[in-house]
Amino acid sequence: MDLTRREFLKICAGSAVALGISQICIPEVVEALERAAAGNPPVIWLEGSGCTGCSVSLLNTSHPKISELLLKIISLKVHPTLMSASGDRVILSMEKTAEEAKGKFILIVEGSIPVAENGMYATLGEKNGRPVSLLEWTKKLGRNAKYVIAVGTCASYGGVPAGAPNPTGAKGVGEILGRKVINVPGCPPHPDWMVGTLVHLILYGLPKLDENRRPTLFYRFLLHENCPNYSFYIHQKFAKNVSEEGCLVKQGCKGPLTYADCPLRLWHNGVNWCIGASAPCIGCVQMEFPDGMSPFYGWPERKR
Amino acid sequence: MAKKIITIDPITRIEGHLKVELEIEEGKVIDARSSGTLFRGFEIILKGRDPRDAQQLTQRACGICSASHATAASLTLESAFRVRPPSNARIIRNLVTGANFLQSHILHFYLLAALDYFTGPEKPPFIPRFKGDFRLSKQMNKDYLDHYLKAMEVRRKIHDMIAIFAGKMPHHVSFVPGGVTEKPTVDKIVSFLWRLRESIDFIENIYVPDVLRIADIYKDYSKIGRGCGNLLSYGAFDLDDRGRKKLFKRGRFTDGKIEKMNSGKITEDVRYSWYEKKISGKNPKDSDTLPAPGKAGAYSWLKAPRYAGKPYELGPLARMWVNGDYRKGISVMDRHIARALETKKIARAMEEWVLQLRPGRRIYVSCRVPKNGQGIGLTEAPRGALGHWIKISNSRIARYQIVTPTNWNCSPRDDKGEPGPVEKSLIGTPVADPENPIEVMRIIRSYDPCMACSVHLIVPGRGLSEFRVC
Repeated sequence: MDLTRREFLKICAGSAVALGISQICIPEVVEALERAAAGNPPVIWLEGSGCTGCSVSLLNTSHPKISELLLKIISLKVHPTLMSASGDRVILSMEKTAEEAKGKFILIVEGSIPVAENGMYATLGEKNGRPVSLLEWTKKLGRNAKYVIAVGTCASYGGVPAGAPNPTGAKGVGEILGRKVINVPGCPPHPDWMVGTLVHLILYGLPKLDENRRPTLFYRFLLHENCPNYSFYIHQKFAKNVSEEGCLVKQGCKGPLTYADCPLRLWHNGVNWCIGASAPCIGCVQMEFPDGMSPFYGWPERKR
Repeated sequence: MAKKIITIDPITRIEGHLKVELEIEEGKVIDARSSGTLFRGFEIILKGRDPRDAQQLTQRACGICSASHATAASLTLESAFRVRPPSNARIIRNLVTGANFLQSHILHFYLLAALDYFTGPEKPPFIPRFKGDFRLSKQMNKDYLDHYLKAMEVRRKIHDMIAIFAGKMPHHVSFVPGGVTEKPTVDKIVSFLWRLRESIDFIENIYVPDVLRIADIYKDYSKIGRGCGNLLSYGAFDLDDRGRKKLFKRGRFTDGKIEKMNSGKITEDVRYSWYEKKISGKNPKDSDTLPAPGKAGAYSWLKAPRYAGKPYELGPLARMWVNGDYRKGISVMDRHIARALETKKIARAMEEWVLQLRPGRRIYVSCRVPKNGQGIGLTEAPRGALGHWIKISNSRIARYQIVTPTNWNCSPRDDKGEPGPVEKSLIGTPVADPENPIEVMRIIRSYDPCMACSVHLIVPGRGLSEFRVC
């Protein structure tokens, strides 16, 4: 890809905002991104048992804008909702990228992977008249990718499709692949978490991950302790209903179980966030979501 | 020319996983079958949970129309809990859901459908692409690309706007049975109104004219893809607290007449779906889902919803038609035009609604989960009529059924052998080059299919080659 130095610095500035770190534009980093961007890292985006919500959240990225991400930072070879071609051309693009950019492309998976019935609950394309499962695609592409990113709680840990009784045997990508993946959970994840992780990989390589393989950059904060309602909690002022002022813990808020920077970063360019709208956090970034967070508007009897 | 069977899998630039099989003879589609290729089992997962969780979980059926699932679930729970939300809550729901229609329709035209009419830059994800009759001049093509990029920004900003009253998008948190959680204060009202006006500027000065121009250049597509010709709308956007007056009326159009709509007449046929025969023709309220994998003659995991035994098309065209706002024709281009005009209509209505909010007044009435009960919630999603049905036993979800618009539009043949609307639209269509069936893509995408939404309770089968969505 051809980037002028000027354009490049613009991206760099955008990335700095996305990552929330100002040191990003030091000269050697500039050079690194320039080198990386010149190659325009190829990306394959697969969708398993998902709802496209992570893709929609990615479209909500503001710095860089989605158009900048697509045209200037990555080369999005395959994406079910955005790509122009359909049918066998999609399959060819995947196979070609996996072969030509072996060990270089980034695989992003949205949605969990159903493994029951040999993975036939989610298929993509056909080979010799037989549908090919997402399970098969994930394994095949996952083997040859430089990095594998699981976006969303479904791809990270199974998420809603893996909710009891998990009718399709849905699993997270990390559990399926015999290699380590980077999890960016959330239902959906904040666009900054996805873009930030992607740019981190391009610029610096693997970010520091917690024990659930999430970038600590975004997921190290206990939500409850950083919540603006925390002082209400300290003073034992609890909301008697959702929509009311006070700590929402007694309304089922899962902030005390949740690690994410939502209260600090806020959503939609600072417009709002879940607890900001006086609604309880449902712990959507956690491995235990949804079963371990259910009921959302209360607590299981034994935990009371 | 010999008969040729082509399979297009995946169909991209729709929401979710869809595969289409076509039989082409002498340059025309003579048969069409659509099948979903993903099943998640949402209705099984919902069973046994706290009913209030449905409002959050059903949103996860679809990342594009999550706000409509939240509306349908809230209505369903409120009908089971026997509670009515206050005016402010009704208005906030209309604003949140309405704004999501705006972003969904803009996303659909530019990001999903328009790349069948203009060509993007020569780099992924815009290449590879099907070859076809791209008829725009170089300058016009450039304009559409600019508008495509602008549309990405506008729809993002609309999601920012929704977050004012909904916390975040997609999968927002603000709707609960009994009302909403976010209070209308003057700063939020003002911020919402000015953001809305910014989007109206794009809708009226760029989106609507762009659609009309494409419809003019591709005039022949006003004669293509008619489908079943029956139109159905559950109606949406209550204008009074009792829901008697709506921005879009409830009703249907068949045999040249507008008729009333009664949810009791909705049934689901399964002769060509992998379910046991005995549940065929049941209303979702009483329906059970007894899968019969490998059933002879079946080819889809989608049931075939019918109204009084007939297939119906749902979506913006159906809403606008039933409401009397647009009755020019039923075709690929009519669907795009109706969708664009509907966007404008909703945006202008929202401008009035936001000023009807009353700061300081109630937004929520508290309610309890009953021990037993039943509920129904009928509303409209951007893609058409959406219904949820619940049965509560021992304060838990005993049964939850969702019938989505794409269930209707992409349905297989019914018990009488009548094809679903999309299938019917495809049959008879000329295809110039079976290697590049762009005509087929244009027809399918005019319906704005949302496969992830089409959820049903299904149990695994063995030896199946095709699986339906969710």
